Amino acid sequence: MTFAMPNLQPAAPEIFLLGAVSVLLIVDLFARRGSRFLTYVLAQLTLLVCAGITIATGTPETVHTFSGMFVDDPMADALKLMVYAAVSLLLVYSREYITVRGMYGGEFYSLALFAMMGMMVMISASHFLTLYLGLELLSLSLYSLVALQRDSKVAVEAAMKYFVLGALASGLLLYGMSMIYGATGSLEIAKMAEVIKSGHANQTVLVFGLVFIVAGLGFKLGAVPFHMWVPDVYHGAPTAMTLFIGSAPKLAAFAFIMRILVEGLEGLVKDWQGMLVILSVLSMAIGNITAIAQTNIKRMLAYSTISHMGFVLLGILSGGGNGYSSAMFYIVTYVMMTLGSFGMVMLLSREGFEAENIEDFKGLNQRSPWYAFMMLLIMFSLAGVPPMVGFYAKLSVLQAALHAGFLWLVVVAVILSLIGAFYYLRVVKLMYFDEPTSREPIAPQYDVGFFMSMNGLAMLVFGIVPQPLMGLCAWAIQKSI
Amino acid sequence: MLVGFPLLSLVTWLPIAFGVAVLATGGDENAPNARKLALIGSVLGFVVALPLYAGFDLLASGMQFIEKAPWIERFNVNYHLGIDGISLLLILLNSFTTPLVVIAGWKVIQERVAQYMGAFLIMSGVINGVFAALDAILFYVFWEATLIPMFLIIGVWGGPNRVYAAVKFFLYTLLGSLLMLVAFIYLFHQSGGSFSILDYHKLPIPLPAQILIFLAFLAAFAVKVPMWPVHTWLPDAHVEAPTGGSVVLAAILLKLGGYGFLRFSLPITPDASHALSGFMIALSLIAIVYIGLVALVQADMKKLIAYSSVSHMGFVTLGFFIFNAYGVEGAMIQMISHGFISGALFLCVGVMYDRLHSRLIADYGGVVNKMPMFATFFMLFAMANSGLPGTSGFVGEFMVIMGAVKANFWYAFAAALTLIFGAAYTLWMYKRVVFGAVANAHVEELDDIGVREFLVLALLALAVLAMGVYPLPFTEALHTSVNELLAHVAQSKL
Repeated sequence: MTFAMPNLQPAAPEIFLLGAVSVLLIVDLFARRGSRFLTYVLAQLTLLVCAGITIATGTPETVHTFSGMFVDDPMADALKLMVYAAVSLLLVYSREYITVRGMYGGEFYSLALFAMMGMMVMISASHFLTLYLGLELLSLSLYSLVALQRDSKVAVEAAMKYFVLGALASGLLLYGMSMIYGATGSLEIAKMAEVIKSGHANQTVLVFGLVFIVAGLGFKLGAVPFHMWVPDVYHGAPTAMTLFIGSAPKLAAFAFIMRILVEGLEGLVKDWQGMLVILSVLSMAIGNITAIAQTNIKRMLAYSTISHMGFVLLGILSGGGNGYSSAMFYIVTYVMMTLGSFGMVMLLSREGFEAENIEDFKGLNQRSPWYAFMMLLIMFSLAGVPPMVGFYAKLSVLQAALHAGFLWLVVVAVILSLIGAFYYLRVVKLMYFDEPTSREPIAPQYDVGFFMSMNGLAMLVFGIVPQPLMGLCAWAIQKSI
Repeated sequence: MLVGFPLLSLVTWLPIAFGVAVLATGGDENAPNARKLALIGSVLGFVVALPLYAGFDLLASGMQFIEKAPWIERFNVNYHLGIDGISLLLILLNSFTTPLVVIAGWKVIQERVAQYMGAFLIMSGVINGVFAALDAILFYVFWEATLIPMFLIIGVWGGPNRVYAAVKFFLYTLLGSLLMLVAFIYLFHQSGGSFSILDYHKLPIPLPAQILIFLAFLAAFAVKVPMWPVHTWLPDAHVEAPTGGSVVLAAILLKLGGYGFLRFSLPITPDASHALSGFMIALSLIAIVYIGLVALVQADMKKLIAYSSVSHMGFVTLGFFIFNAYGVEGAMIQMISHGFISGALFLCVGVMYDRLHSRLIADYGGVVNKMPMFATFFMLFAMANSGLPGTSGFVGEFMVIMGAVKANFWYAFAAALTLIFGAAYTLWMYKRVVFGAVANAHVEELDDIGVREFLVLALLALAVLAMGVYPLPFTEALHTSVNELLAHVAQSKL
């Protein structure tokens, strides 16, 4: 029996990351309690090296390895780079927050990096097993991250909810996958797609499996009617963890959908398109309308997430390179905006005070005109008002949907995003039109202040020159599909 | 004139750059610097706009001062600027108004001065961008970007009910514009992947699609103009906005809607425009007559002028949809003239409000006894608002009525009623506020306008009179563009 060494190069970032996290765990063991700065710096360095490796080993071609279980293509590289950036930024934002709240252990960093590894495996999976492996690695790390503040009742409750519903979703996915496996006889995405195209697979079993897969994806993405966990978890989890759940994993979830629905089950496009239409419209409607009634900003942003996921699904169901790349662009800008908005919530929080209520933003313009302006940029971007980048995200999704002939969907989406504009405007209104209730000065640490400003200005800069990011997404999708 | 010098970019971006600089002066301890910088920026903005008129070729057809550079290759969007006679006048009007607004807010605004001045300068540049954009996405970006500063101006420096007014203003206009965006995307696919407005002008479109596009445009422009029955945001916004905000709103922002009809609705969907012209004329006449009557019963001066604006803008849309040169040119003249007059009237109300902190007609009376100079200016603008010959208000209305007679006598008849209503509500207000004996102790304490106020009102009075006596420079600039537009609209695009 011969044993061929698999080509390790496409998986180099993941392999390095695994080694680095192990080192980090050991180093942290010997680091003095209360001085986790070393761990923090090591984590950031790891991210930097990962980015270097991804760029160095990236090719414009699609490379399969590990007997077709793992794939490295431009879409994977682009998404991984964005994941690194997002994780790096959220580590900066949360450092002070978790220190003050006694969660500043080395566990935070190792769990965060393990979660990131899960995302990377998901992004690069070309086999149902790898896909599932990555998903579980990500989810288990996130469950424990949410529960990290173990003496907080709310956080533990949120972790429990997240865990139970997440496990249910994983179960649904697995069930769906087994159905598809039964119908096609393969777990490898490329082979599966061939069998489905050939028409030899049992259509009933396939569609039966597809329903479960879409339901599972809906859970993970937080699309209506599988959204119930989102507001509770976003609300209950410590803000740093909410930021984590809400940002980088969405990039992985996008890759997940692309790998399963587009690469694997493209033969069933007529079936899943219809399902996604329903998920998309319901998400936009329930998300936007319910968000209006919220008084807690984390809950409000949770519902806003749901509505944005509806938009992403709208891009995906429009199909074709145009639709997929617009969905990718949407999700990338969405992650940027989420980082900014939750980052701002953390920036306003201090020891013993969580800036959780929308009211806490009252009069921010008088307390700190600069950060109020940053928040204004982020809010208008979320609302999709030009010249912010959020507008171009909406524009590209809407044009893809119209191109695919969904005029009514476009009109519905436009009207619902008008409703959505209302609650973003309310935040701006509180910041600018109202008198502050607290005069506490806002003085973030230098690095946090710097990156927060960069994040806010990015809304405007990518709004004035959207081409590079848009072009990158279009190129990555075109090369990979 | 330098060939290829990006003059339009300068006109657009110079005020924005100054606006950012004004914002950077920071807190109110630097307010004097913020004011001076804003004044320099706004005057410079007007000065750099003047070469546009000087270098404008009155006889050339098509767009002038064209700039074009790729912007978003992914969707074939270009940074494409250019103006014809229609946009030229509107850019000049906007650049002329900005310094007046800065001066008008000189003393009145004492809180967050830098943000106030910065918002106006940025908005001024963005509005120039709207009038100069020849790419649909570029146009849309500028168009929507005007909402953000205006929203803040109303909400931060406005009256007691400012939050309601600001949110209403924002959501109303956003709804209209989003439908316009859908129309743009449709045209993008229909034209094989172009966002160029000039390409859309040549694009053949079947009638049902034209009607839908026309209605989508109508949603955007009718709200902005505003036409009856979607005008209800305007009185709220005007009443609550600070004086400068009202001036820009009335003088400039309403013109964006009128401009939209000429640049988009008429040339892109000419057949739908003809098919729906009866409907549009009906809406315009309702605005002219019914809103004129509504204005008559207002107790609040700002509200009265706001309703008068809606009524006068009814003239503009009427002029557009009778499809002859008198009508369209008259409507354009009416827009410019309304920019001067309504701006001036809001400034006059602002002058009184600064002293007495009331906008109610009932709180005044006999103002002439205390403020003779002010009363003279106010008189001139009130007369102009009622369309007195010799003022700019007369020229536009007269031309539109002449155009309407050609189309249908009864249109003209109904429109001419406004001359009566307009005179009635304006002069009756004037009489109650200015004439008679001094009404109360507060009026007794009034002092006449200072140098700053005099300067602003005198400049506007000059403009109103010059345009009324010698409108040729204005009509001349419009002539070629309007004729070209009408020739284009007369051809079916089915």
